[in-house]
Amino acid sequence: MAEIRVENLRKQFGDFAAVEDSTFTVQDGEFLALLGPSGCGKTTTLRMIAGLELPTSGKILLDGEDVTFNRASARDIAFVFQLFALYPHMNVRRNIGFPLLSQGVPKAEIRKRVEETARLLQISHILDRSVSGLAGGDRQRVALGRAIVRRPKCFLMDEPLGTLDAEFREVMVHELRELHNRIHATTVYVTHDQHEAMAMADKIAVMNHGVIEQYGTPQEIYNRPASMYVADFIGSPPMNFLRFRSGLENGATSVTVGEVAIRVPQVHAAREPGELALGVRPEHVRFSDGAPLRGAVYGSEYLGTNQIVSVETAQGMVKARVAANRGFAIGETVGLELDSEKLSLFDCASGKAVPSSLYAEARHG
Amino acid sequence: MSNATSAHSVVEPSATTKRIAGIIVVLYAIVTMVPLAWIFMTSFKSPPDSISYPPKLVFTPTLEGYCNLFTTRTRQTPEYIQSLGPPQSTCDEITRSRNMVIAGPSNYWPRFTNSMVIAFGSTFLAVFLGTLAAYGFSRFRVPLADDLLFFILSTRMMPPIAVAIPIYLMYRELGLSDTALGMILLYTAVNVSLAVWLLKGFIDEIPREYEEAAMIDGYTRLQAFRKVVLPQATTGIAATAIFCLIFAWNEYAFAVLLTSGSAQTAPPFIPTIIGEGGMDWPAVAAGTTIFLVPILVFTILLRKQLLRGITFGAVRK
Repeated sequence: MAEIRVENLRKQFGDFAAVEDSTFTVQDGEFLALLGPSGCGKTTTLRMIAGLELPTSGKILLDGEDVTFNRASARDIAFVFQLFALYPHMNVRRNIGFPLLSQGVPKAEIRKRVEETARLLQISHILDRSVSGLAGGDRQRVALGRAIVRRPKCFLMDEPLGTLDAEFREVMVHELRELHNRIHATTVYVTHDQHEAMAMADKIAVMNHGVIEQYGTPQEIYNRPASMYVADFIGSPPMNFLRFRSGLENGATSVTVGEVAIRVPQVHAAREPGELALGVRPEHVRFSDGAPLRGAVYGSEYLGTNQIVSVETAQGMVKARVAANRGFAIGETVGLELDSEKLSLFDCASGKAVPSSLYAEARHG
Repeated sequence: MSNATSAHSVVEPSATTKRIAGIIVVLYAIVTMVPLAWIFMTSFKSPPDSISYPPKLVFTPTLEGYCNLFTTRTRQTPEYIQSLGPPQSTCDEITRSRNMVIAGPSNYWPRFTNSMVIAFGSTFLAVFLGTLAAYGFSRFRVPLADDLLFFILSTRMMPPIAVAIPIYLMYRELGLSDTALGMILLYTAVNVSLAVWLLKGFIDEIPREYEEAAMIDGYTRLQAFRKVVLPQATTGIAATAIFCLIFAWNEYAFAVLLTSGSAQTAPPFIPTIIGEGGMDWPAVAAGTTIFLVPILVFTILLRKQLLRGITFGAVRK
């Protein structure tokens, strides 16, 4: 297993920069999710690590060795494709054994290792079947088998669950994480699905327009989004933004949104007057009759264990996740109380989070 | 049977439509089979039967055409024929009944062999080169790829006769006239454009992920091509090979112009079979019938691939 270092990686397709200046490290045994919408450069980044695409500039190091311009076949990595790319003219056994064949592993040894791998993935019973008749989940497992049979330095996965139906995806998310816990393989996993990333990854890199917006643990990404983009991309429903115009003083502990003063984590930077946004997660909004921040109920979505209530305020729509048992009348005026320790502030011009005591925790662990 | 009870599908043609389609197909098959049947029947007729009018549908079959095809004969006096021993074979017997004796084998077999060597040789070369070129065009960013592809196709745009004279002069200069190599190169050049275009379509349909997976699995691009792309392109390769073979096998214009002796193929040879007092139609028909066999066998062997091939991958998934 190995550590992957990516330094100032950049990929240009004609005039279009698919990946700009990416730098990150995946520790040995770590599971990194590259998360972002389609076209954000996550797959290109992965393909460059794999050697299927050559970077315009920058470096890729595998275990300290510069492999930027090495052939894919010389990198000792495994890649799981979105559509699995199982060789249709071979059966399951030959598919899984194919990477070993290229290394000149003796036949008996191939057989043994293919069977071990099949046992690990619980696909021993389909080893002699043709891959064309397999169900989605089994194809997925065969693709994984082909990846792990070789014990490569790392695994790269390109939206491997993208084509599975929702129910089965859940099962596979669990299986993949289980597998990772057992074999501790350094993994880079590309997805556009935040749930997959949150559920599986040790670290998440959120990408947008070829740029890594934030790199951190799922908790950091969720609780301390570095930019409005990340705050909006992660969470469902995403973070609410209350937009207002104001300046900020270093050390301030409250902001005035409209007419209402709201306590926030201590601000660690000053800002000239300008447009700001107060970010609050739906679960950090409570209904309180006496609260000064007020709005009219716009609608609610019932989700079983809880409900999402949309409230129209002067600063914009706020969605609150509250207990399912309370009923709301459309148009009813309610008071909203925000969990002041969990609030984020963003500079709307740059989209970046304003440093505060909440964010300082992140840096000091 | 009432139509009201049977579920009517929009996609599935109705029974009547199917019946009409069936009748049309059968009629068309009959029409296209008539010349073949004619040739086949003629090959078993005696020379007088072959030119009788109206044509005889019922006749006494004879192997005379086949005997005449494979032999050269000389006319002898009845006394001389009487003096010979008993006939060695059926052909001997037939020949003697016409007051002739077999002088030796004809040139049909050597010409037929030439056809085999030239057609299969050029087909192999055209498909081999075409597969490599098509893979290149399909997978790599080739500068001016579209122009090159058009240029390759343009070699097919004029009739062979338009380039026949320059090629004739060129071949004479190069010493390629009337050589099997010359004919193989010529047919390869003509067929390679067809092969590139057909195969590019097939290879375009094979997802790149397969090769990428193979390269990540530790194979070089060439190995990936051989072990992953080729097995999946067999359908296309088979279809392309049939088209190339049919062209090279049937080609007449170049063959008649560039070959006359040792490298002559069967198509220009067959019409030169002349019997006594005019064309020996049964022999010509026999030569044609035998000439059809290799293509028939090849097509039957590859008919599954051909069916899938000419629908251009539409049935593949």
